[in-house]
Amino acid sequence: MSLHTLTVAEIAAGLKARSFSSLELTLQLLGRIERLAPQLNAFLTVTADRALDDARAADEMLARGAGGPLTGVPIAHKDIFCTDGIRTTCGSNILANFVAPYDATVVERWRTAGTVLLGKTNMDEFAMGSSNETSFYGPVMNPWDVRRVPGGSSGGSAAAVAARLAPAASGTDTGGSIRQPAALTNLTGLKPTYGRVSRYGMIAFASSLDQAGVLTRSAEDAALLLGAMAGLDERDSTSVDAPVPDYVAELATPLRGLRIGLLREFFDKGLDPQVGKCVRDAIEALRDAGATVRDLSLPSLPLSVPTYYVVAPAECSSNLSRFDGVRFGHRCEHPRDLQDLYRRSRGEGFGAEVKRRIMTGTYVLSAGYYDAYYLKAQKVRALIAADFARAFREVDVVLGPTAPTVAFELGAKTSDPITMYLNDIYTIGANLAGLPAISIPCGFVNEGGKDLPVGLQLIGPHFAESRLLSVSHQYQLLTDWHRRAPPGYD
Amino acid sequence: MSLTRTQVEGIAHLARLEITEAQMPVYVDSLSRIIDFVEQLAAADTEGVEPMAHPLADQVQRLRPDRVTETDRREKYQQNAPSVAAGLYLVPKVIE
Repeated sequence: MSLHTLTVAEIAAGLKARSFSSLELTLQLLGRIERLAPQLNAFLTVTADRALDDARAADEMLARGAGGPLTGVPIAHKDIFCTDGIRTTCGSNILANFVAPYDATVVERWRTAGTVLLGKTNMDEFAMGSSNETSFYGPVMNPWDVRRVPGGSSGGSAAAVAARLAPAASGTDTGGSIRQPAALTNLTGLKPTYGRVSRYGMIAFASSLDQAGVLTRSAEDAALLLGAMAGLDERDSTSVDAPVPDYVAELATPLRGLRIGLLREFFDKGLDPQVGKCVRDAIEALRDAGATVRDLSLPSLPLSVPTYYVVAPAECSSNLSRFDGVRFGHRCEHPRDLQDLYRRSRGEGFGAEVKRRIMTGTYVLSAGYYDAYYLKAQKVRALIAADFARAFREVDVVLGPTAPTVAFELGAKTSDPITMYLNDIYTIGANLAGLPAISIPCGFVNEGGKDLPVGLQLIGPHFAESRLLSVSHQYQLLTDWHRRAPPGYD
Repeated sequence: MSLTRTQVEGIAHLARLEITEAQMPVYVDSLSRIIDFVEQLAAADTEGVEPMAHPLADQVQRLRPDRVTETDRREKYQQNAPSVAAGLYLVPKVIE
């Protein structure tokens, strides 16, 4: 019996009915990872022994009639999450030998829920990238066309779930790093509201923007996994004390009466016309199912990319100052003095994009430039958040494309940072305003003889994850885009 | 606005990053382009707008009783350190 195509919900049902064991499923997936993960470079660490232990423990629980819906479900974690006793690199050379001394809250909660850890996935270095090409451990290839990128920064998680190496994986999203790879690999990718999921043990990039979420093959699976990771955590002072709804129960909410806003700024000249057509078709399907659609304009939204490229580097330059070659991480050989130790350890340990962002951040925070760049960006950020707040007085969700194009070829955008940054033009707004957002599959564009997936993005008001998930689920009941697997990985 | 090589060297010094001679022109060019790009923020009308540092406006910093909640895990943490002795992190001599 071939188990790798099953979704999390199907696995939960199968395990409960004793149709197969977690060990059987885990062995099949480990076999697939061994065979197929290297050609995609999706995993940085495969935790086979741990996975088998987890699976056996889950099977024992299930045999006793104990456990919950995630008991025995295999998952992978983005290598940004600390995993106790397991190497955690964040895609960087500076953490090449770092063995995390504790579990991140997300890791701990999924573990408590009974999941089986398959391994740690590849990612852009410190989550800084939109193509997974900045990883010190090499790029990840897109299973839909291995000459193309899977998106980033959660590119390894996306490739692993799309290639049916894992039914689900964690990700993090600072400017689109869950949604954009989900769009480029035909997955459902959810970035929750800022503060919904604890950031404890999640290696920090930009602390006012970072949020953990999940990449899955259905909205139902995202609902299951979000429920097991969300909620107050005393160890993260920005974690929000708000009840966690039963996301699965709320999937049944019908589309009828849903008020959708189309953002004019999301259908700009940068949008590939074929991608735009897929998105418009999806909007028609939602309208046919009883939703109402109206046009909206968020005039400050076009400034979201420049705002982000001040705020995020500023926060990163501060966060990454902890890498000093003293307490953990890479240390240079034979330092002459302490300054030399700092400069060379960091110079050797960080890759080019990380250094570029640290320096951008250092500049915009430096004396004489702080007001003109950092303070100004924080004010424009307030304008963007206010634009969204106004929109949500009139509509329940806003909708548009996740990314301006389908997956691009490896190397196509590495020479100019601005070209790469503009990939996130539709996703960054939600991070700046702290809003929940989801990308779901809505069609394909054929390029160079390959079918390449397109993502539809939905953004909701703060803490409207239930609504985003139910709209996505209802759309997925009407369509089967999300069920399509990359040729060769089905 | 273009950044000069001297400016970029100054930034690299502040950030404690060694940039090789060969790489310096690449950073001068790309950082100049990034600063040019974010320059468009200057045109936005932000008169009277409060800067936003946190995405959830009504969040307040939680307080907790001032009690010790962490156990001593120094040994485990120091397993990741490049150089330790007697529970201390070692660095090159700072005072000659």
